[in-house]
Amino acid sequence: MPEGYVPFFIFVAAAVGFVLTMLLVAKILRPSSPFATKLEAYECGIRAATTARGRYAVRYYIIAILFVIFDVETVFLFPWAVRYKVLGWFGVVEVAVFLAILIVGYIWAYKKGALEWV
Amino acid sequence: MPASLFPPYEDLLRILPEIVLTIAGTLVMVLEPALRPERKRLLGGIAIAGLLVALWGTAVANLFRGPAFHQMVVVDGFATFFRALVIVVGILAVLCSIHYLQRERPDSGEYYALVLFSVVGQSVMAAANELIMIFIGLEISSIATYVLAGYLRDDRRNNESAIKYFLLGSFATAFLLYGIAWIYGAAGTTNLVEIRRVLSTPELAPPRFLVGVSAALMFVGFAFKVSAAPFQVWAPDVYQGAPAPVTAFMSAGPKAAAFAIFLRVYMTAFEPISNRWEPVVWLSALATMFVGNFAALLQNNIKRLLAYSSIAHAGYVMVAVSAHSEIGTAAAMFYLAAYAFMNVGAFAVVTHFARQGEKYVDVDDLAGLGHRQPVTAALFSIFLLSLIGIPLTGGFFGKFYIFKAALEAKLYWLTVIGLLNSAVAAYYYLRILVVMYFHEPGEAAQTVSPVAPGVKIALWASAAGTLLLGIFPSVILDFADRSAALMK
Amino acid sequence: MHPVTNVHYMVLSVALLLVGTIGVLTRRNIVIILMSIELILNAVNINLVAFSHHFGDVHGQVFAIFVIAVAAAETTVALGILIALFRNKETVLADEVDLLKW
Repeated sequence: MPEGYVPFFIFVAAAVGFVLTMLLVAKILRPSSPFATKLEAYECGIRAATTARGRYAVRYYIIAILFVIFDVETVFLFPWAVRYKVLGWFGVVEVAVFLAILIVGYIWAYKKGALEWV
Repeated sequence: MPASLFPPYEDLLRILPEIVLTIAGTLVMVLEPALRPERKRLLGGIAIAGLLVALWGTAVANLFRGPAFHQMVVVDGFATFFRALVIVVGILAVLCSIHYLQRERPDSGEYYALVLFSVVGQSVMAAANELIMIFIGLEISSIATYVLAGYLRDDRRNNESAIKYFLLGSFATAFLLYGIAWIYGAAGTTNLVEIRRVLSTPELAPPRFLVGVSAALMFVGFAFKVSAAPFQVWAPDVYQGAPAPVTAFMSAGPKAAAFAIFLRVYMTAFEPISNRWEPVVWLSALATMFVGNFAALLQNNIKRLLAYSSIAHAGYVMVAVSAHSEIGTAAAMFYLAAYAFMNVGAFAVVTHFARQGEKYVDVDDLAGLGHRQPVTAALFSIFLLSLIGIPLTGGFFGKFYIFKAALEAKLYWLTVIGLLNSAVAAYYYLRILVVMYFHEPGEAAQTVSPVAPGVKIALWASAAGTLLLGIFPSVILDFADRSAALMK
Repeated sequence: MHPVTNVHYMVLSVALLLVGTIGVLTRRNIVIILMSIELILNAVNINLVAFSHHFGDVHGQVFAIFVIAVAAAETTVALGILIALFRNKETVLADEVDLLKW
């Protein structure tokens, strides 16, 4: 086992120990009187309608799906962004073609109403 | 200095078909939202026009043979052959689809864009000279086909077909990809010719274990895509559930392109270790023929029957692959061309006959079609006879060349078993003929409507192709022979 | 201190491949099957980048970028298909998709 890791483990032990100590001290010092209202998510204000564990409609799921693809496609811009001086006009043209195709996809999704609230 | 980064214009001409198809596909997508439902068939016209221009582009690219884009793609006879083949399959599939789509889902024209994108992927596969391009082509083609398989999204059979195709397909592709990663690690390159050089140079030879495992993993991926045993289980379910014209398309185009990369990888990159993959392909060919033909005997759904028959035909092509020779490659190319015509033709008949919601897809529903629509029945008979392998049809010469190549490679047992399998296959094809001609017309045949114009063109074109290959096989075979010889 | 070699990366990658494969073969929920396939693709990426670094060759990294993009496209399509399936059949469990069989 390399010695270089010893300070790291001491650090981890100190961090965990600190958290545990604080929780223990708080537990001993604080008064304890639980009752139902206090345990609700919002003690004052709107009453919770249903439990948070149920299923509910994610209305923007199409936007979420579109996000997955448009988000990851930008990975192709990264190599150009770091080397754009070397790539020069060639890079600009390539990226323009790439973005043009991507924008066609965007226009299509927009026209199809995929970005509207359903 | 930056100016030199631009590719020379010959390189752009070498990928002309792909450029044309991509532009046509994006054009369809831009126009789609602007058209009213009754005018969406216009998009089918654009798709056919794009495919025809791409066919011309293939011919232009063929004038500039050679590698392009730093050896990423290569235009040779082999590439031109498969490019032309997948584009023709695309045209036939679009012709079959126009009427079907107007009936089943008139609100949506993205179908044609998806077909075009799928053909782009297959065309890239045909010309790929490198593992990255093979992967990208395969995925472009597959992703578009996954969507096509589930295109009628309110139909449960479509949903099921698409999800099964997707899950098994992407699982198999992941294995293929893992194999590619390991061969890259073993050989230090993704170029097929370079891999061949590394593998055949004793001092450079990488660990045998690495190469063997990666060849095996890649075999899993390719065998899945061509629906060869033991990775064929997806095909019947997917072919049965997908819309009929889509089944026509994906049983011919993606399969031909998958065989193209299969042949190119194993005949070029893995050629030096051929003594190790030959037995595997041999076994797979054997199992594929048996599974396809014997399972087809039990089917009553015609789409499922043709799906098993398509597995069996993949088995015959695998026989040609395991022959591992130039004649074998040429025979596989010829067979795939003949198979594309006869299979698309058969599915075109199914498309025509199935009616609203694909109601009539059982063999018994065809009863009496021979009396009601003699011309359609006659064309269907041509396709079925060709699938059996009767002389004067493309299927006969396809089988003939394959078994000839197998005999020259001393694969006697495989040849005998293949011939026996063809005899078994004759039974289930003849059964369709018997039902069609000698049974009393049932409800399905009595209500049959005239053939839609697009389907009619596709039927006649497929029949013409099947007969052309059967009567003048040398037209295609000479080209295939020369292309196979040049492939190194 | 041991240097990290290609073998380490390959062991990690094979472990991920096995986890993914077992996930695909044993899970019923299609979303989890998708996640397992994604794991296999990431195993591939680890290999590609490790080999690329080893050879000092940029091809592997470019390939990894393509794999990432294709994986995203696959996921998008899969989610679309899954939503269509769920609308008609109210299930995301693979073994309940059983309309087509002989």
